[in-house]
Amino acid sequence: MTGLLFVLRMAARELSAAPRRTGLLIGTVAVGVAALVAINSFTDNLRDSVSRQARALLGADISFSSRQPFSDRVEALLDTLSRRADLARITSFAGMAYVPRTTGSRLVQVTAVSGAYPFYGQLATDPPTAWRRLQSARHVVVDPSLLTVLGARIGDTLALGEGRFIITGTIRNAPTEVGFRFALGPRIYIPARYLSETGLLGFGARAQYEVFAKFPPGISAQELAAQYRPRLGPERVRVRTVASDQRNLNEVLSRLAGYLGLVALLALLLGGIGVASAAVVFVRQRTESIAVLRCLGVTAGRTFAIYLTEAAAMGLAGSVVGALLGVVLQRFLPRLLQGLIPVEVAPVLSWHAIGVGIGVGVWVALTFSMLPLLGIRRISPLRALRRAVEPERPWRDTWWAAATATLLVSIVGLAVHQVGSWRQGAMFAGGVAVTICLLWIGAWLLTWVTRHRLPSRWPYVWRQGLANLHRPANQTATLITAIGLAAFLLGTLYLVQHNLLSHLRSTGGPARPNLVLFDIQPDQLHAVQRELRDAGLPLASPTPIVPMRIRSIKGRSVAGILAGQNREGEPSGAWALRREYRSTFRDTVVASERVIEGQWRPDRSSAPAPISVEQELARELGVVVGDEIVWDVQGVLLPSRVASIREVDWARFEPNFFVVFAPGALERAPQTLVTLTRIETPDERGRFQRRMAERFPNVSTIDLSLVQQSLERLVDRVALAIQFMALFSLGVGVLVLISALTTSRFQRIREGALLRALGATRSQLFRIILAEYLSLGLLASVVAFFLAVIAGWALARFVFDSAFTLPLLPMAALAFGIVALTIVVGVANSREVVRRTPLEVLREE
Amino acid sequence: MSDVILHCQSLSRTYRSGDRDLTVLKDITFLLERGEFLAILGPSGSGKTTLLGLLAGLDQPTEGTVHLDGQQLGSLTEDQRARLRAEKIGFVFQSFQLIPTLTAQENVQVPLELLGDAESRLRARQLLERVGLSGREHHYPAQLSGGEQQRVALARAFSIRPKVLFADEPTGNLDAGTGATIIQLLMELNREVGTTLVLVTHDLDLASRAHRTIHLADGRVIADSAA
Repeated sequence: MTGLLFVLRMAARELSAAPRRTGLLIGTVAVGVAALVAINSFTDNLRDSVSRQARALLGADISFSSRQPFSDRVEALLDTLSRRADLARITSFAGMAYVPRTTGSRLVQVTAVSGAYPFYGQLATDPPTAWRRLQSARHVVVDPSLLTVLGARIGDTLALGEGRFIITGTIRNAPTEVGFRFALGPRIYIPARYLSETGLLGFGARAQYEVFAKFPPGISAQELAAQYRPRLGPERVRVRTVASDQRNLNEVLSRLAGYLGLVALLALLLGGIGVASAAVVFVRQRTESIAVLRCLGVTAGRTFAIYLTEAAAMGLAGSVVGALLGVVLQRFLPRLLQGLIPVEVAPVLSWHAIGVGIGVGVWVALTFSMLPLLGIRRISPLRALRRAVEPERPWRDTWWAAATATLLVSIVGLAVHQVGSWRQGAMFAGGVAVTICLLWIGAWLLTWVTRHRLPSRWPYVWRQGLANLHRPANQTATLITAIGLAAFLLGTLYLVQHNLLSHLRSTGGPARPNLVLFDIQPDQLHAVQRELRDAGLPLASPTPIVPMRIRSIKGRSVAGILAGQNREGEPSGAWALRREYRSTFRDTVVASERVIEGQWRPDRSSAPAPISVEQELARELGVVVGDEIVWDVQGVLLPSRVASIREVDWARFEPNFFVVFAPGALERAPQTLVTLTRIETPDERGRFQRRMAERFPNVSTIDLSLVQQSLERLVDRVALAIQFMALFSLGVGVLVLISALTTSRFQRIREGALLRALGATRSQLFRIILAEYLSLGLLASVVAFFLAVIAGWALARFVFDSAFTLPLLPMAALAFGIVALTIVVGVANSREVVRRTPLEVLREE
Repeated sequence: MSDVILHCQSLSRTYRSGDRDLTVLKDITFLLERGEFLAILGPSGSGKTTLLGLLAGLDQPTEGTVHLDGQQLGSLTEDQRARLRAEKIGFVFQSFQLIPTLTAQENVQVPLELLGDAESRLRARQLLERVGLSGREHHYPAQLSGGEQQRVALARAFSIRPKVLFADEPTGNLDAGTGATIIQLLMELNREVGTTLVLVTHDLDLASRAHRTIHLADGRVIADSAA
C-alpha cells in the first residue's frame, strides 16, 4: 500500500512540475482519441438510426422485387399473401420527361405506385397533401431538383411518353433503396393505373416490379421470407425484409466508417509515437534523478512504475479530453457525409465509443511509452556519483521482447478491430510499419549526412542549423516520422482523388460522345439516325442489345442451382444467376475491353454460339473458357460456349457488356438499339433531348456529363470525409513538433545565449533556426511524397484500375505547405531562443 | 552486539575498459565502528568514489565482501539492497542531486514516504527548519542557491535517521564560507542523530575533523590513521 501510494504521489509530482510538457502530451493523445471517438460514435449512431429507420427505409415489412413482370406462379403466391396482408405495388423504370410549357427535358426515374405505399415512414411532400391526392387523378409528385432543371413549377403539365400528368407537389423525404446506387435521374411518382398511358414499358424497357406487404401483428416477416425464398428464387424474385435490409445497410456503412476509423487510428498511433519519443528524451533527462531515487532506496521496479503511472495518467487525461472533443466533433460528421448515407443521424452520446476511445488512448500511451521507459530499470544508482557508468542490465531482455511484442500485436489488433477484417487490419498495420521504417531511414540518412558530409564552405548559420539536427538528445527521427506520416497520408489521398477524377474526366474529353440514346426499336432506327443527321450531329454505328437470362450453366439449371443454395439470405452469386443480361453481338474488340483468356474469334464452325464473358462475372458464375451456358432469349433457348474472358473498363462511358456474342447467333433475336452522339453545349443537349422525347417517347437519352458530374460529386464527398480525418494526423504531427521543441527548450535557450554571448546576432540565430526547420520539413515531405507517389500509383493501378498521372504542381504546393507549416511552428516556438538576452539566461544558471 | 557497523574485506573492483581490464580498487579491508566519522582521502582517480559506491551497496565488488549493520551486501538482491538503503543509509552528493521536479520539502519527504512514514510532511518541515530553510519549503531546486540546495540534501539525508551517512565531496561545489557552514551543520546533525559518517574529500582541513582517515592512491590504502 505504501509502495502504491508512493508511486502515485511521485507520478503526480512529476506531472505537475512540467505543466507545459504534460499538456502537450495530453494534447497529442487527445487529438487521436477525439478522431476515433467521433468516428466510432458516429458509426454507433448510424447503426441506431438504421435500426430505428429500417422499416421506414423499406416502407413495409417485406418486399418482393423482380426485373420482369411477376409470373403466374408468383402472382398466385402474392394473391394468397394478400388475404393476410396489405399489399402495395410499385413499378420503376427510367424514362424521358419534359414540360411542354418550358423547353426542359430530363431522364427521370419513374415510380408508378398503387396501394397505400409506404406502409411505414412517411413520404413527405410539399404541399403535404400532394401524396394523399396522388391517386385521385393524373398527378405526378417530383423531386424538387427536377423543377429546377426543367424550369417548371407546380401546376405545370409533365409529359412522360404518351402520358400527361399535372405536377402537384415535390418530394421532401421518401423511402430509399439500400446502397449507394446513384440514380440516373431525379425520381418522380405517378399513379400506377395511368402507367399504361405512357406507353413506355414496351419491349426492351428495363423496369423493376415490386410488391410491398404489411402484416398484421403476429406474423414474422423473417419467417415468411425464409419460407418464400426457396420458391421465389427460381422465379428470379428477390425477397427483402427489414432485417435483411438493415444487415446489408449496416455492412456497407460499417465498411465506410471502418476506413474512416483507420485514418483516425493513424492519428492516434502518431500520438503514440509522440509519447514514445517524449519518453526517450525524458528518460535521458531524468537519468540523474532516477539514480538519486535508487540511492534513496527506491527499487528499479518501483522507479519504472512511477514513470509508467505517469504515462498512464497522461494517456487517461488525454483520452478523456479527446473523448469530450470527439463528442463535439461527431456532430459535424453527418454534414460531412451528406449524400452518402440514406438515414437521418441524430448525434447522441455513445458510451460504447467513448469507453473504447478512452481505453484505446490509455493503451496506446502505455504500450508506446513502455519500450523507452524500460530503460529506467537499467539506470544504476552509481549515476548519482559519476556520469559514466556501465548499464547494469542488458538493453534487450525478456521484458523488452515482451513490450515489443505487445506493441506490435496492439497495433495490428487495433487496426483489425477498427476495420473489422483481419486481412485489411494486417495490411494497414504493415503499410504503416513500412512507411514509418522508410521515414526513419530517411531521417537517419539526413542526420548522417549533416554529421559527416556537410560541406565546410557552406555559410556558418546553415552548418549550425543543420548540425542542430544531430545535437545530443535530438528528436530528428521522430519529427520526420510524425510530419512525414501526416504528409504521406494527405499526399496519397490527394493522388488517389486526382487520379479517380481525371479518369472520370478523361472519358468526357472533346470529340467523345456525351449523349446516349437507348431503347431505340429497330423500326425507329432510321428515323432516329435521320434526326441526328439533320441536326448535323456525329453518328456512331448503333449497338444492338438483346435481353436474355441464363437458363443453365454447364448442364445445371439455374433454378436447380438457386434452390440448392442457402435458404436464409441472399447468396452472393444468386444475383448473377438471376439477373437479366443485356448482351450484344459484334466481331471486334472495343477500346474499353481487353481479352485476357481464350480467343476472341474462335473457329466459326463451333456449334454453340461463341461468347466472351467479363472476368468478374466469369468468376461469379464459376465458368472458364470452354464451359457451356444456355441462354433464355425471350423464351427461345440458345446454347453458347465461353470462347474468351475479357477485362472491361467500366468507368469509361461507353456501352460495355458482360456478355458479347460472336456475330451469327443473335441477329434475329428481338432487340433494341443504343447509339451515341455528341452535343457541345448543355443548352443544345437539352433542346435535342426535348425533341427526341416528343418524337420518340420510348427512346431515353442519358446526358453523360450529368452522370459524370454526380460521380465526381460522390468521389469529392468521400475524399473530403477522408481528408477531414487525415487532418487530425497533421494536427498530431504539429503537436509532436511543439512537444519536441518544449522538451529541448532549456538546452536551446542555453545554446542561443551562448551563441549570443559569442557575438551571434539575432538575425543569425533566426537563420540557424530557419535552416534547421527548413531541412526537417523538406526531408519529411520529400520522403513522404515519394512514398505517397508509390502508394498512389499502386492504389490506382491495382485497386481502382485506372491510369496514374502525377499532378506535379498541386503536389509541390502541398509539400510547400507542409514545409511552411514546419517552419512556422518551429520558429514560433523558438522565439524565446532569439528574444532573451545572454546575460538573462546565464544568470539563471 | 558488535559495535562494528561497516566491515569490508579484501575488496577489489575491476572494470572492463575496451578490451582490457582496469583495476580501480585492490584488496581494501577495514572495519568501522558505530558512530565513527571516517574521511577517505586521495587524489582524483584514486578510487574514492568507487569505494563509496561499494560500501553503500550501489555497486558490486569484483572480489571481497561488504557487511553493513551485520548484513552481507553481496548476498542481497538488488531490491533488498534498495530496501537496506531506504532504511539505513543516507547520502550527500557533491552536486547536491536534488530532484529538480520536486520542491525542497518534497525532496526531503521522499525517503520518509518510501518507508511509509505518515508524518513525512511534518518531519520534512522540521528538518528544513533545522537546516535554516523555513519559508523555502515550496521552492524548487532551481530557485535555491548552491548552499541552500546542499542544506536540503542534508535534511533529506538525515530524514530517516540513517545508521550510516555517505557524503561524496559535500563541499566540492561550494565556496569556502558556505562549505564551512554545511560541514558545521553536518557535524551537528551527526551528533544529534548518532550516525556513522563516511566522507570522501580532497579537503585536508575537513578530514582533520574526522575520527579516522584512510588515504587511497591507485586503488590501494596507503595510510589508515587507525592502523
